[in-house]
Amino acid sequence: MDLRYTDEQAAFQQRVRSFLAEQWTSAENKKDPAFISRFRQQATDAGYLYRGVPRQYGGSEQAPDVIRAQIIREEFAAARAPMEVSGNGVALVTPTLIEWGTDEQKDMFIKKTLTGEYRWAQGYSEPGSGSDLASLTSRAVLDGDEWVINGHKIWTTLAQYATHMFALLRTEPDAPKHKGISYILLDMKAPGVTVRPITQINGDTEFCEVFLDDVRAPASWLVGPRGDGWNVSRSTLKHERNHIGSSARTMPMFRSLVKLAQRRQINGKPAIEDPRIRSTLIQIEGYLQSQLWAGYYQQTLAANNESPGVLGLVNKLTTTNFFHRVAQLSTEIIGDDTLLAPKQGRDRGGDERWVNQMLGSLGQAISGGTSNIQRNIISERGLGLPRSGSEN
Amino acid sequence: MRFDLTDEQKSLREMLTEFFGERFGGAQGVEAIARTTLDADLWSAVAELGLAGAMVPEEDGGLGLDLLTATVIAEVTGRYAVPAPVLPSILASWLIATAGSQEQKGKWLPKLLDEGAQAAFALAEDGGWAPADWTLEGAPLVGTKLYVERADSADLFIVGGKDGSLAIVEADDATLTPVDTLDRTRPLFAVAFDAAADVLTTDAAVAGKLFDALCITSAADALGAASAIQARAIDYAKERKQYGRLIGSFQALKHQLADMSVELEPARPLVWYAAHAWDMGQEDAPRMAALAKAHLTDISVQVARNAIEAHGGIGYTWEHPAHLFLKRAMADRSALGSVNVHRERAAVLAGW
Repeated sequence: MDLRYTDEQAAFQQRVRSFLAEQWTSAENKKDPAFISRFRQQATDAGYLYRGVPRQYGGSEQAPDVIRAQIIREEFAAARAPMEVSGNGVALVTPTLIEWGTDEQKDMFIKKTLTGEYRWAQGYSEPGSGSDLASLTSRAVLDGDEWVINGHKIWTTLAQYATHMFALLRTEPDAPKHKGISYILLDMKAPGVTVRPITQINGDTEFCEVFLDDVRAPASWLVGPRGDGWNVSRSTLKHERNHIGSSARTMPMFRSLVKLAQRRQINGKPAIEDPRIRSTLIQIEGYLQSQLWAGYYQQTLAANNESPGVLGLVNKLTTTNFFHRVAQLSTEIIGDDTLLAPKQGRDRGGDERWVNQMLGSLGQAISGGTSNIQRNIISERGLGLPRSGSEN
Repeated sequence: MRFDLTDEQKSLREMLTEFFGERFGGAQGVEAIARTTLDADLWSAVAELGLAGAMVPEEDGGLGLDLLTATVIAEVTGRYAVPAPVLPSILASWLIATAGSQEQKGKWLPKLLDEGAQAAFALAEDGGWAPADWTLEGAPLVGTKLYVERADSADLFIVGGKDGSLAIVEADDATLTPVDTLDRTRPLFAVAFDAAADVLTTDAAVAGKLFDALCITSAADALGAASAIQARAIDYAKERKQYGRLIGSFQALKHQLADMSVELEPARPLVWYAAHAWDMGQEDAPRMAALAKAHLTDISVQVARNAIEAHGGIGYTWEHPAHLFLKRAMADRSALGSVNVHRERAAVLAGW
């Protein structure tokens, strides 16, 4: 156990700090999108962003280094500087194209995805295929040099703002369910694409359903081998898995919760002096600190190419459970403000915004593999228990 | 930056897992583990490992290891519900080496490290377990301490006194009253003192460090116990059939077993960090000790309860060892102050 950085790592940290001090902290136009784009370019040139992406496609092509990645994350967060463009394009499409894409696909899509010009919708889930994704039925049929696509996708995050979709589509209807799927890109402005935003329980519209009616995409927009889309979709950034058990979202949330408890009153005293609130806060912090140090542990293991075992499978549930606990306690603290509807959009409103935590934490539990699916994964892959319903 | 055990710590863990595993990890009956008197053969085998000197500097004849290593040891002793006072010996030897005079070190360290002498901590009083709760004072030292582990075989007591002082009292100068103890692997006694005490330190900071070290290792012990019973529940789910199927294929049970991992797995790095903060003398060490004690013992009891439930009727029998681990975790949860006591301590230390 040695939580200090090596001299080399400390020097790297110092370089990142100097870079941020010069290029970001002192800047006055931090909200100007053009300035932010320039800043991202400089940070990429310096080797801090898009480290796993080759230079020819707009990345900084750095050797994988989990500790450097962590230093960058921590220093950028401390300076409140923008990191990589968020969303599926950078997180999912880019690594998939790097691993499976043709040169033409890489040239066409990666650079513009990194700058945020191309924004991607994930065309995976369907009304009849959620947890059992491989049962999907939206299909693509090759017609000359074009795919003709028909089907219905749902829970597609931010599809209303997307320029493109990466979709899992059935191309081999007679093959077994995992073998008949292909990974195909399509243009959201193509004729036949209809996007209908879905209003969520908190009033936001972060996801949509997408109807695909005779939508055409070039045959060359198939990524990886035909029928191998299930496998292709499993690609992730192998170099520096950025958010292994990360407490990047939970730590600031906990700090806000403590501030809330210090500011709000219960029975004429600060809520944080109420024994039950106080005790529950520390209980939640026990989980938070566990997540924090488990994150550092997993980063060390990743840096040494060692498997985290079962621990590596529990991260999503750790975050979900944390969000639920914060939701419960925050509504306890804000009391009657829980009766108010949270505001939408830019108006954050008053403390009733914590009601959004009660609602939004359910989104965390459901999206990206529900909590019960996570428990299946832990018990089957982690604990070696038999698959449900299998003969034994 | 490396957040992991060293290779030495990992091989020590492996060695102890084998050592205690072959004694207590198999089909041994409950009575073999839950011995009310200290097994002399076991204790001399433990003494041969040199564990008592784990945290004693090498120049004083010890191994010169840190609390993180002791925490790794504590998880193994919890995992096998080891019915011997391994951690009290480690920490008592550390305390004497750290705070004792040359004379005290010369008198006690050879006994503890080489001759298998056994030390017991006499800390708890009616008012609590922490240094601030200790009231015994005077020469001779007069008063009663509660919940002293394995006092019947102890050669010396480390007694907590007023203002966080610590003194050594020899076993012959104490009167014992056995307590009908829940955790049969660590029987407790009330100990009445009316004797000369050899003062080790009057520095409350030392008492604070000792108390934090006890809390951290107790948290690791609970984690070990909970992990052990979860592992037994998983094994049972892989062999027990009902309705013609392994019960481990039923989602309800699989999810309960998975949730135990969600609780336990991230907690291990927390207790490692608490130990490391203690080793480095960091400012956050007392708060992390309190947080780890509260968190790990709390979740461990919950996991142990659920794991007994997962065993069905057999887990509710005296004959099955499952209850030993629940009781071990329950004892870790209560001893040194309950969960809420430590949560409050962590809140105060945060300045809340």
